[in-house]
Amino acid sequence: MNAYDYWSILQGAFATVGVSLVGIVIGIPLGLGLALVRWARIPVARQLAFVYVSIIRSCPAVTLILLVYFGLPQFGISLSPLLAALISLSVTAAAFNCEIWRAALLAFDRQQYDAALAFGMPRRMRVMRIVLPQVWQSSLPGLVNEMTMLVKSSPAIAVIGMVEITRAAQRVGARTYDPLPPLLVGLCLYVAIIFLLVRLQRRLERNVQGQEAAV
Amino acid sequence: MNLSDFITVWQHYPSILEGFMNTLVFILIAGSVSLLLGILLTPLLMSNRVFIGRSASFYCECMRCTPFLLLVYLIYFGLPSGGIQLSNWVSGIVALIIYNTAYMAIILKGAWKDLPHDTIEAGRAFGFHGFGLLRRIIMPPVLLRATPMIGNQMIQIVKDSAFLGIIAVTELTAAINAIQSTYFIPFASFLSAVLMYWVICLAIELLTNLFTRYAEVRRA
Repeated sequence: MNAYDYWSILQGAFATVGVSLVGIVIGIPLGLGLALVRWARIPVARQLAFVYVSIIRSCPAVTLILLVYFGLPQFGISLSPLLAALISLSVTAAAFNCEIWRAALLAFDRQQYDAALAFGMPRRMRVMRIVLPQVWQSSLPGLVNEMTMLVKSSPAIAVIGMVEITRAAQRVGARTYDPLPPLLVGLCLYVAIIFLLVRLQRRLERNVQGQEAAV
Repeated sequence: MNLSDFITVWQHYPSILEGFMNTLVFILIAGSVSLLLGILLTPLLMSNRVFIGRSASFYCECMRCTPFLLLVYLIYFGLPSGGIQLSNWVSGIVALIIYNTAYMAIILKGAWKDLPHDTIEAGRAFGFHGFGLLRRIIMPPVLLRATPMIGNQMIQIVKDSAFLGIIAVTELTAAINAIQSTYFIPFASFLSAVLMYWVICLAIELLTNLFTRYAEVRRA
């Protein structure tokens, strides 16, 4: 392995982190929307959200990405591998985030909501000013954990030709006829990324606990 | 896309069924073996001896930080450099077991920590020790308590098993992929696969719920 090989695997790491980050950033508001739909008990939309979350949560990342990348062009929507990867990761993230938001919403103290109602706050304001700021804090660790899960399932996008860590390592291995060293380099990169995310999650968890203790 | 695509897909039900059964076999073997190994690994995680505890938790942390596909590649493409050559089926099973044993051990450790200390001490006082203590006193309540998390991990095994199609194991996704590339009906084929995975996971959830209810009855 020469310096360029290390560099190409490192570039793969940027792709992995970038794609997962965009996936989670799109997935957070979508998941919140789904969770609010279920929380507000909107008749048909609520059941649809439930089925969506249930299906996507049990769907393997590889199968989902193949469905998006090869299936959507049948409807005239042609996608680049990058776009297909982003769509499938956001769809997954939305489903998992929905569960995290929903858990936080269920744990939310309903009395505060009723108090806001008694003060005559309009619905939008109740959600934006009273519910969201608190729910956001308590679900932050879960959302970071979700990002970790997303990074771990991201090698699935290598199947449709996106070059991320796993695929970059495999390409180096195919060139040098020695697949072990580049795979180990890739492993180190994943461990570094996920280790940092786990540290961040633990710190956020401690913050949340500290605030609860302060209240 | 229309209905005829789905009919074309399902005309090949023997190969779909084969892939489906292979996926099920993978889940059953990997799930049960990794649960058993996880049960054996947990006491090492809880060990008072620093070296044993550290090395067990190092293994678990490593698996937690590794994507499954990379582990599969390491075993299937990397190990031959060290002179160990495994077929794609064996590598797939071994990878699933190594990966999920760590998760099972972490789950069981969490449940073990919630276990009141008195139970274990009472067991000791009655003369249980070593493996007998683990099997008769510690593991039954730990397993009952951890059932929902073990169910979640089973679903994770289902999802991980789809990666094995990449090393040419003919599980469900690979079987479906072969059909879709022959007839160019990707949407209908992959949608069928997604729905079949959904059925498997619903079945696992159902079983988990039954076990949880059984556990509650036992505890009461």
